[in-house]
Amino acid sequence: MSGLGNITRKEIRELLTPATFVPIILVALIFGAMGNSMQGIQQQATTPPIIGVIVEDNNTLGSVASSILHSQAKVVFNSTSSNDIEVGLSELRKKDGIALIVIPYNFTDRIRSEHPGNIKIYWIMKGAGLLDTISSSFFNAIIANINTNIAKRLISENTSVNTSFILSPTQRIETTSFKNLEFPGISPDAISSMLSSQSLLIPIIMMMIIIMAGSIVITSMALEKENKTLETLLTLPVKRTSIVAGKIIAAAAIGLLLAIIYMVGMQYYFAGFQFSTTAVSLATYGLVLTSTDFIWIGLSLFFALIAGLALCMLLGTFAKNYKSAQTLTFPITMLAMIPMFITMFADFDTLPLALKIFTFAIPFSHPMMASRALLFKDYVLVTGGIVYVIIFALVTISIVVWVFKTDRLLVGTTKFKWIKGLKRRRF
Amino acid sequence: MPAVEVKNLVKKYGSMDAVKGISFSINEGEIFGLIGPNGAGKTTTLRVLSTLLTINGGSVTILGHDLSKHATEIRKLISYLPEDAGAYKNLSGKAYLQFIANFFDSKEAQAMVNKGIEITDLGVRINDRVDTYSKGMMRRLLVGRALMTNPKLAILDEPTSGLDVINAQEIRRLIKSTAQTGTTVLLSSHNMLEVEYLCDRIALISEGKIVEEGKPKTLMEKYKARNIEEVFIRTVHE
Repeated sequence: MSGLGNITRKEIRELLTPATFVPIILVALIFGAMGNSMQGIQQQATTPPIIGVIVEDNNTLGSVASSILHSQAKVVFNSTSSNDIEVGLSELRKKDGIALIVIPYNFTDRIRSEHPGNIKIYWIMKGAGLLDTISSSFFNAIIANINTNIAKRLISENTSVNTSFILSPTQRIETTSFKNLEFPGISPDAISSMLSSQSLLIPIIMMMIIIMAGSIVITSMALEKENKTLETLLTLPVKRTSIVAGKIIAAAAIGLLLAIIYMVGMQYYFAGFQFSTTAVSLATYGLVLTSTDFIWIGLSLFFALIAGLALCMLLGTFAKNYKSAQTLTFPITMLAMIPMFITMFADFDTLPLALKIFTFAIPFSHPMMASRALLFKDYVLVTGGIVYVIIFALVTISIVVWVFKTDRLLVGTTKFKWIKGLKRRRF
Repeated sequence: MPAVEVKNLVKKYGSMDAVKGISFSINEGEIFGLIGPNGAGKTTTLRVLSTLLTINGGSVTILGHDLSKHATEIRKLISYLPEDAGAYKNLSGKAYLQFIANFFDSKEAQAMVNKGIEITDLGVRINDRVDTYSKGMMRRLLVGRALMTNPKLAILDEPTSGLDVINAQEIRRLIKSTAQTGTTVLLSSHNMLEVEYLCDRIALISEGKIVEEGKPKTLMEKYKARNIEEVFIRTVHE
């Protein structure tokens, strides 16, 4: 065999280990499952929006608007009186509708007198993720179409109207209802963008801490094995629980410190991008986090960190050396990034059930979702999440302590006979 | 009461029997040598006795404590020096000794460190980082660590491995004097001269079984051998 072939064969044999492949296969499976669920959300979002229509104006331009709404959206509620707004909204909520459109009685008259015709939109917002607001963005195209058709009608009637007015003959008067709150004068897009800018920080902090502290824990376990210090440590009069807890606490402290340093830089980075077109803030609508809420967020963050590090310790017990530790940090990185992206793209409430369960099961999701949930006083999700994360952490720590009490940590017993054949065991 | 009593000890790795029902006992203050070829089961036996591995059969009693039930108690009484042990590279030698001493009685911790420094005999280098130590210096540090805690039972796997003649002799002298203070010593070694010099009694282990046991002098007489090496060859290979 040539030197090149010999080296290549040896390297492949060394790299072909479960530690290399299992995390990647798991991540591939997770992404596959996520892709399928997200596809469902996208399909739902790009189908014609479900709306209700109240047309009080029977004149020409009101009819133009009404016909466009009926042809381009799925209208599930029709009325000719604005007294039916509450009935319409209730009907739409039942039928998964996104908005109730009201064309007022003076719509045509106002336009003909060169005043923008009002289109009143009562939005029913279900989630604040990017994918959740696709429906409302799609609806914007319908409004643009109404404007175009009204403009065409005005031009075809040879009406001598102001050219700048003809380009924008209508104006929207919007009210959004979201999580039992009313947001007058604001669209779902604006709410979503405000919430995103408010709740982006915690997911990033969480992700950075987990990646940094997790890597510290896994590497620490790997180095104990590589430097042959683990055997000595395990024969000392110290509880296995203390060893596990000591490593987790130290990594959490260092991870936190690194995250703070990192976030100082990130803060400046974000400051450069902060701009708002809506010029409104969440505080205007009473959506502010109280000091108690910050304690909840802190608790959620703390327990998720402990749970995450316990998971890293478990992975670390599989690490044989520094090299294998690097591979094992990959699934943790993925587990930290997945909920960050999920919470960015969709609201927990609007996720399909499978994705909802998956997101809830990842302990890192909870501090990422906590701030938004607390803004809307959804304490059930936050406390439920904290309880789940505590249970997750306790179970994982128990498993790690159990591994520390067995031979697995030192001899790495495996049930795969074909792998055994590749290795020689020392006694 | 013997310090260590091993009865029909069985240790398996999956389907492979590493130790196949061995029995031996060690008296208090005795230096007992476990010798045998590579893969005979020496290190596995030492790892079992130092509470690192669980057993699949038989029983082990150390200083009156059942190994399967009272591993935590046993850890307070023993000290284990693995053959290829290392130390935390970012610590200085002294800091490493301090780290280990902190696991024991806080009142005795400083005395332990001082004893460790004396045993290692590294001079001013004890304040240097461990990753700057030579193999011999590292081994001396680890021997110092193992003996400074005044263990009732010291389990030493190849204690002079990697040491030059002078250092090895010093460590042997140290082990001998430690045993004279009442510490029981269980060691394994490939160096037959070392075994002959140090051990009060030895057990020869081959393929997971004890094939011979006794005092070095008695065994030499029994096999009409000039030294333990010849006893070893005859019992293990013949």
